[in-house]
Amino acid sequence: MIEIKDIEKSFGDTKVLKGISATFETGKTNLIIGRSGSGKTVMLKSLLGIHTPEVGTISFDGRIYSELSKDEKRKLRTEIGMVFQGSALFDSMNVEENVGFPLKMFTDKKSRVIKERVNEVLDRVNLKDANHKFPNELSGGMQKRVAIARAIVNNPKYLFCDEPNSGLDPETSILIDELIQEITREYDITTVINTHDMNSVLQIGEKIIFLKNGIKEWEGNNEQILETRNKSIVEFVYSSDLFKKVRESLLEEDDEERSNDLHLNK
Amino acid sequence: MKQLILKEIDDLIIGSLGIVAFISFFIGGVVAIQTALNLTNPLIPKSLIAFATRQSVILEFAPTFISIIMAGRAGSYITSSIGTMRVTEQIDALEVMGVNAINYLVFPKIVAFTLYPFVIAISMFLGILGGWLAGVYGGFVGSDQFITGIQTDFIPFHVFYAFLKTFIFGMLLATIPSFHGFYMKGGALEVGKASTTSFVWTSVVIITVNYIITQLLLS
Repeated sequence: MIEIKDIEKSFGDTKVLKGISATFETGKTNLIIGRSGSGKTVMLKSLLGIHTPEVGTISFDGRIYSELSKDEKRKLRTEIGMVFQGSALFDSMNVEENVGFPLKMFTDKKSRVIKERVNEVLDRVNLKDANHKFPNELSGGMQKRVAIARAIVNNPKYLFCDEPNSGLDPETSILIDELIQEITREYDITTVINTHDMNSVLQIGEKIIFLKNGIKEWEGNNEQILETRNKSIVEFVYSSDLFKKVRESLLEEDDEERSNDLHLNK
Repeated sequence: MKQLILKEIDDLIIGSLGIVAFISFFIGGVVAIQTALNLTNPLIPKSLIAFATRQSVILEFAPTFISIIMAGRAGSYITSSIGTMRVTEQIDALEVMGVNAINYLVFPKIVAFTLYPFVIAISMFLGILGGWLAGVYGGFVGSDQFITGIQTDFIPFHVFYAFLKTFIFGMLLATIPSFHGFYMKGGALEVGKASTTSFVWTSVVIITVNYIITQLLLS
């Protein structure tokens, strides 16, 4: 479990995070959502230790990050897996080398054992026969799978994903979302996903934190988000033209059915 | 780390040998021809052609001129490869994993450039060879005269001076482009700009350091 308490972060005179508190639960997919500029990325980078909040604490299963020694922080980092927005695969390495990189860097495992583990996780993310391909030979969806495989190869306790569906078609996005959720449950890890993709929100939002202008505006899950009357949430959820049109057409169909029923009754 | 160092040696040192050999050979030849064409006084021995070629190649052409070429060839490669890693979040990925990104990316390049004096030694040899071929087969000087000229007033300290500055230039070639790549901000366009800036700064620093070392050691 990751717990953040009253974190504040500024860049110059601009306060990006304004006293946010939240809990990200283990075994669940926790989503941070909000419009661009709401502070999602800064919050995720604060959780990763890339940014240091001026105020507040971040604790990983009771370990307060700012109070850890250098060695403890290094150890904690080996417990973290990260899936970047653009996958961030190392161009000079093939799939097998990319996935095996954390094991090679942080464990004393023999190359045979590393290879077995790499094949195991590649199998888990449904990527077979791609071991010797380079990132530029893979599709966007395949690159995301490799990035997920690399993130989980070292059995992390915490998995962070920065807009994992960015640049993917809707069908592949669903597959990636499902994969992340399955892995979260299977490995019992704390997963935090930064997204503004509504399909992901509805599909895997077991816990959702909605940020607006650096403040936590709302907290709930994928069922509650459709029921809430919070104005900011409603505007966010139904902001796309697609949703508006679907909503309008559904309302029109509903009206037609009612008028037909009235005619029949008469 | 060993594999990374070997890869950098392959990319930065061995990969540069072709262009270094080509330029050194022909510039050595041109230096010999230019010197020969300007020696109109019959009292000046023809062996001076070889002497001038040797001094030009060992003192300045091989260490300094080739280093400027390397700032364009290897320096741009270093800046653009590290810069692309920055833009595509690969450096963030290393840092999140707990890898010391500077150590991982820059240290192997510094180690690779400790072999840079070998490149310059090859450049010196090929430069003088080019001068000999152009001088002798161009009909400007006899082979014996050229060999005599090469040996005339040879000062071993000049070779030490040349290799000392080559080693320093090698360190500059590894670190300045790495700095520009590692700390760049922006996107693909900025990677290009960073490569250009890196080339300009590496060249400026090499020329300035060359002047300082020459002033300190030879004057």
